[in-house]
Amino acid sequence: MTALSGALPKRKRIRYARTTGREKIEIAALAGPAVLIFVSFVIFPVVMALRYGLYKWKGFGEPTDFVGLQNYVIILQDPLFHQALLHNGMIVVLSLLMQGPIALLLALLINRKLRFRSVIRVLLFVPYVISEVISGTGWGLMLQTNGAVDELMRSIGLGWAVQEWLSDPKIAIWSLMVILTWKFVGFSVILFLAGMQGIPDELSEAARVDGASFWQIQRRIILPLLGPTIRIWGFLTIIGCLQVFDLVYIIWGQYISATAGTSTMATYMAQNGRLSGNFGYGNAVAVVIFLISMTVALLYQRFILNRDTEGAITEGGK
Amino acid sequence: MATTKTAAKRKPLVSWVEGRRFVNPIIYLIAIVVVAANLAPAAFIIVGGFKSNSEMTVDPAGLPGEWRWSNYLYVLQSSSFWQQMGNSLFVAVITTFGVVSLGLMASFVLARYRFRGSNALYSLFAAGLMFPLTVAITPLYTLVKTLGLVNNLWGIIIPQIAFGLPMTIIILVPFLRAIPREIEEAALVDGCSRLGFFWQMVLRLSVPGVITVGIMTFVNSWNSYMLPLFILMDEENFTVPLGVQSFHSAYSQDTAMVLAYTSLSMLPALIFFSLFERRIVGGLTGAVKG
Repeated sequence: MTALSGALPKRKRIRYARTTGREKIEIAALAGPAVLIFVSFVIFPVVMALRYGLYKWKGFGEPTDFVGLQNYVIILQDPLFHQALLHNGMIVVLSLLMQGPIALLLALLINRKLRFRSVIRVLLFVPYVISEVISGTGWGLMLQTNGAVDELMRSIGLGWAVQEWLSDPKIAIWSLMVILTWKFVGFSVILFLAGMQGIPDELSEAARVDGASFWQIQRRIILPLLGPTIRIWGFLTIIGCLQVFDLVYIIWGQYISATAGTSTMATYMAQNGRLSGNFGYGNAVAVVIFLISMTVALLYQRFILNRDTEGAITEGGK
Repeated sequence: MATTKTAAKRKPLVSWVEGRRFVNPIIYLIAIVVVAANLAPAAFIIVGGFKSNSEMTVDPAGLPGEWRWSNYLYVLQSSSFWQQMGNSLFVAVITTFGVVSLGLMASFVLARYRFRGSNALYSLFAAGLMFPLTVAITPLYTLVKTLGLVNNLWGIIIPQIAFGLPMTIIILVPFLRAIPREIEEAALVDGCSRLGFFWQMVLRLSVPGVITVGIMTFVNSWNSYMLPLFILMDEENFTVPLGVQSFHSAYSQDTAMVLAYTSLSMLPALIFFSLFERRIVGGLTGAVKG
């Protein structure tokens, strides 16, 4: 490029000036369809939720029964919503604490020349590929009273530790955490492995020659350089955890998730919104979830992701 | 070049290899335990389909005394199973095609054109990651209803394309940006237009990224539950996840049958994924590096 710069810039400038109009058309033609469908089916509904949330509305015709912020007042005072919010918070914190270390450890262990490495990688990813409905159905049957887990525990002499895994409010959230960890650890491992592939081998080689132990290399070289990947992983995990719906809804059904102590904001929204025909209220709940997710996401980007010059997701467009 | 590099690597490795020999069995042991725990639920589902219901009650964790094919055969002969497979396939294929083609065009603009607002456009799509389907589902249902697409497979396909775009664009933009300027310059000097460059070069060079997002979109669509749950009403329009759920409630006493149905319905995504697994890691590497 620099070698050509003596001749090119002039020609380039002329060409750019000439083709601006044409370029505009190209930009519009190429990006237009994506922008159109994205704005109408992602942005527009969220904006409409702001409006619908101000009405008492059963979903037929135009909303007319304007109630102002009353829906929001009800949401913020409803103990069931407080519970759901608390559960989401627990899911976020526990997911970070459980999945992060497990996935990092696994990724560090697998990130080397292992026999069967690619097989191990595929198998680790299996739970992520199995749909939530299937995972939920399978785990629900395994964890039910006198199900496979209970029987297995009894057969190895742990019968005393058998619990009501799904219906005891103290236990159920932990069952959910085990299932979520099972489902998403594979994805985290793959993400970390992908990040590790970007770390030059020469660095660990050099440290190894200097006599560094395996764990020293991981702690001093790999982990710090994996920082950007870990931060993006954290972002994806937090946002995902605030949206948890499918697994809870399938295993605990729409009604008992609250009594079993596993309800989330999304199951609260489904149950009190569309399923009970209160569309105004459901939209207001959607807005609350959106505001919470966005606040968390912005804070995360501001204070954590922006530490990377390269890694921040929304900075990539520069 | 490659041989000298490995030769240079090999020498300091000698002492290391001895260390590794000591560690390796432990690592293999951990890997086996983790993989076993990972696969246990899938194994439970698949094996359960071969059992009788009394075995399911008496000995839920054990192997069947006799491997029965009857549950699987029954499911394979039911027309609703194939109908749901067909629906899911239709939705997944069209969604994948839509996400990849629209996402690739938009990513090309974001990666290769300089124009005012390109940063804002990128941020707009990236912000889409912040509101997944869950947040928008209630108003989205209202919108789909207004368009008359409730209980219609297109009522799932179009929103899925829209919600698939952010991830696609975030993964594809670095790919397209990595195509050296020189190639584009050369194409332009040879009289190729920017669009011609897109058709002739970019499509071919971005194949790895496209395959990554294609697989992710396909698997996501195949597994998606919440949107079909809100949009689809009639059994004949159900996709596989809804079918599994309705089959489960219809045959709630016949656990072994439910498990046979469930294991057959997870096969396509698993096969599809294992064929292309390598590509996913490759694509994510590009995205994570930024």
